[in-house]
Amino acid sequence: MNQSDKKGIAITDEIADNISKVEELAYELKINQVMTSNILIIEPETSMETVSELFRAKRISGAPVVKDGKLVGVLSIEDLIRCLREYDLKSPVSKYMSQNVISVNEFDPVIEALKTFVHSNIGRLPVLDIENKLVGIITKGDVTRGLLKKLTNEYQQEEIRVYRASHLFEDIISTRTSLVLRYNIKPRDFVHGGAASSYIKRALMRLGASPQIARRCGIAIYEAEINLIIHSKNGGIIRVEIEPHQITMEAIDDGPGIKDIELAMKPGFSTASEQVREMGFGAGMGLVNISRCVDQIKLESTLEKGTRLKMKLFLKDQDSFGEISPQ
Amino acid sequence: MNLQEIIQKNQLTILTTSKDLTTIQASSAYCSDLLSCVMAGAGHQGVWITLQCHTNIVAVAALLDLAAIIITEGAQPEPETIEKANSEGITLLSTPEKSFDICGKIWELGLRG
Repeated sequence: MNQSDKKGIAITDEIADNISKVEELAYELKINQVMTSNILIIEPETSMETVSELFRAKRISGAPVVKDGKLVGVLSIEDLIRCLREYDLKSPVSKYMSQNVISVNEFDPVIEALKTFVHSNIGRLPVLDIENKLVGIITKGDVTRGLLKKLTNEYQQEEIRVYRASHLFEDIISTRTSLVLRYNIKPRDFVHGGAASSYIKRALMRLGASPQIARRCGIAIYEAEINLIIHSKNGGIIRVEIEPHQITMEAIDDGPGIKDIELAMKPGFSTASEQVREMGFGAGMGLVNISRCVDQIKLESTLEKGTRLKMKLFLKDQDSFGEISPQ
Repeated sequence: MNLQEIIQKNQLTILTTSKDLTTIQASSAYCSDLLSCVMAGAGHQGVWITLQCHTNIVAVAALLDLAAIIITEGAQPEPETIEKANSEGITLLSTPEKSFDICGKIWELGLRG
């Protein structure tokens, strides 16, 4: 929001502190998330008398005028007063409504409505959908309510989650702090394939990891996870250890083991069944992808005994998770 | 190029719940039916063109932060796949055309790999 847009909005010291967060929300929230969609509409042919009754009964101060589903005007309480002054209650709405209606689109961010409120000095705006059909009304009150609701709900919750998580390594003092995540992977469970990797990716983001680091870990874990699903006899375990300067990821199973590790690491080599390949797995690129994403990869396997894949990412200072070492 | 444009110009069917697709920008496109190749090759906020339609394609798209998946040759994903795509914020699109043809059309629109 630039300076001129703030004109007309009283900013107290209290909200000044939170202004950036509220502004962000005004860009993030869509108009259709805060507007009133259950609205009273009137027709251009309706008499002003009927409207005055409606306004009084429903305690409203304005309504959109719609003909054949299209917005043709807006009638406000001021228009009604004008009509009353002329003792002209028998006339139709079309005579007194304002026709140059400023409207907003339902998918516009709330900030668009706020700007329009400030520039035009209008208190209520009709909201149209993509096909220019009226879907609601937005007032300053709707915006305030919507912003407050959003602030107290999800946004704040996620903020707290991220805040708590990202301060984990700063708040807890030890010689070596680490966070370990474990996931059990079932064999042939393709439906849940990718679940562990998306949980891990989300955890890393909450801990304050950069999107690139989270993505690299996500891809590496996904491939390891899918390998367990395709090949392991009894499933396996994914174990991720997060430390301030490194992330260690392991995929462990108890068989069948890999016959020729060098061959398994070759691009395009796969022992996956025809059925698995038909689903698009088993391209023989899994381990190749992993090597590309991590800084260190170690694959140990004994036939009949099992396989252990260890992957490491070293975090440079700007990517590391916050940490305070004991003196 | 935004998703709405790609959808309109190619008459794609939207399988996921409707949202404002004009705000979703597609930065590139990638075509393959092998998931690991997609993992290696598809770009951030890219569009992925594939014949595959099982649940796992959503996991791949979510991990890569893809903008959308275009399922070709009219293959119909299970309701669970669509549901998962909705919860992960991935747009699933469908076309009766073959992968090669739809790739050509999207290339014509100016999107690159």
